Amino acid sequence: MNHGRAVAADTISELKAFAKTIRRHVLRMTHRKGGHVGSAFSTVEVLAALYGKVLRVDPARPDDPDRDRFILSKGHGCAALYAALAERGFFPTTWLEGFYENGAKLASHATHWGIPGIEASTGSLGHGLALACGMALAGKRDSRPYRVFALLSDGECDEGSTWEAAMFAPFHHLDNLVAIVDYNKIQSLGRVKEVLDLEPFGAKWKAFGWAVREIDGHDPRAILSALESVPFEQKRPSCVIAHTVKGKGVSFMEDRLLWHYRPPSDEEFEKAMAELEAAE
Amino acid sequence: MRPAFLHSLLDLAEHDQRINLVVGDLGFGLVEPFAQKYPDRFLNIGVAEQNLITVSTGMAMCGKVVFAYSIANFPTLRCLEQIRNDICHHDASVVVVSVGCGLNYGALGVTHHATEDLAIMRALPGMTAVAPGDPVEAALATRALAKQARPAYLRLGKAGEPRVHASDVVDFQLGKAIKVREGSDVTLIASGTMLHNSVQAAERLADQGIDARVLSMHTIKPLDTGAVHDAARETRAILTLEEHSVIGGLGSAVAETLAEFNEAKPPFKRLGIPSVFIREVGNQDYLKNCYSLSVEGILRTVTAMLETEGVRQ
Repeated sequence: MNHGRAVAADTISELKAFAKTIRRHVLRMTHRKGGHVGSAFSTVEVLAALYGKVLRVDPARPDDPDRDRFILSKGHGCAALYAALAERGFFPTTWLEGFYENGAKLASHATHWGIPGIEASTGSLGHGLALACGMALAGKRDSRPYRVFALLSDGECDEGSTWEAAMFAPFHHLDNLVAIVDYNKIQSLGRVKEVLDLEPFGAKWKAFGWAVREIDGHDPRAILSALESVPFEQKRPSCVIAHTVKGKGVSFMEDRLLWHYRPPSDEEFEKAMAELEAAE
Repeated sequence: MRPAFLHSLLDLAEHDQRINLVVGDLGFGLVEPFAQKYPDRFLNIGVAEQNLITVSTGMAMCGKVVFAYSIANFPTLRCLEQIRNDICHHDASVVVVSVGCGLNYGALGVTHHATEDLAIMRALPGMTAVAPGDPVEAALATRALAKQARPAYLRLGKAGEPRVHASDVVDFQLGKAIKVREGSDVTLIASGTMLHNSVQAAERLADQGIDARVLSMHTIKPLDTGAVHDAARETRAILTLEEHSVIGGLGSAVAETLAEFNEAKPPFKRLGIPSVFIREVGNQDYLKNCYSLSVEGILRTVTAMLETEGVRQ
């Protein structure tokens, strides 16, 4: 079993800065038209770690057959992914300004057409893990070095298709596959605990055959430590349950169902941006 | 058709490393030679059709050409959104294969009657929908779809369907009807398992002095509209024949083409299964007979059409 490596302090501060940049982009993007600001905010540190450090991807060669694949299964949170990709140079940051706008490039659910770095279109829940399984299996069969990461929402763990894939991956020893669950505890109509409780959540993944770690999904050190030690066990897929907070980063959005949907008003935008600017 | 498909796939796999066969825990007595010869390119995904489609798509996005195999409605209706969003939207090289379509599994009951599949597959953007008319066409369709390596639906009969084409060498092209028989009184446009009955009916019609053209419209999408236009110009009635609901399949596709045809139109009729759940219990031939899809039923339909419309010579 691998154990987490020590992470350099300057790396942590870089990831924090990257996360802050992503969050400000997301706020600007969702302020214009909307687009699941709360769902995007809860994933920001994970995406910053992935695109800042973990993923072996090259913006100059987005089609490299040996690149790591990242699938945002929770396609509704894609404002944060678009921001991370733009900052990494996959496409110009000016594209972010058109998020959700008529005639623009970026739809408000992840759409791959003509968008470098988006591996797959998602938006209907429960597709991403199975897609990642297929990619990981192909990589194994072809002895390719790439790894596949899928970021799931907690809500989409209600979907039967998620568990079809969850059963498939360990049986086929896909240790080149990592499922990260953004466990922000709020789904579309209420708290996960009240809608359809997932607990004991980690035990479920473990029972299906995954090597599981539970981390604070906003702590760059914990995220990096986990994602840089995959596979946690040889011949098993890795599952990272990232405990997160919906709307993380803006006090009045945190842990509130309302911000699954709502675009901030001008006044809320100013207040939120001030909080983000003032953050570490 | 099933054996013809598999023989063709085995042959393709020998020359094309990309070919994979993924099954949803079905194919007993059929898929074993592939599984044994190409264990690294065979996968039984289990009884999990959503996973069947999406895992196949993931594999296709990493360079594979995947034939995703199951029976009846399981690989289509059960996992329709996976086909739409995953296979079609990603233009993935996955051919969804369903065996035993139409009323093939007649006596097994309504769950096993695949009677709306083509209508639904045809509606999906980017999808090619093919229903071969005999084992020769099944083998050639398999080859053509592997070469095309794009989203496709291959609707097959089970086993034991009679050959229609005498030779294995048939000019089979996706989206191009095959004129099985020339004729000028009526055109029978058939898909899938209705081709053989149509040819037999045409022979019987000839005895009555009715000269029937028979088209094998194996590709429902894209439809060979040129062949439909020719039939409208050159023959005096058109009848579509399909072991499928009259809503949305071959009959609808031809009707759409004719409705937009700007020249004089001959009388037209769709022969298929009405939009009902079949309550009768019986095998394929029995049920086909219930819905006039037998040779006798075709004869009755054609004769009535020509007499009613007064187009008989």
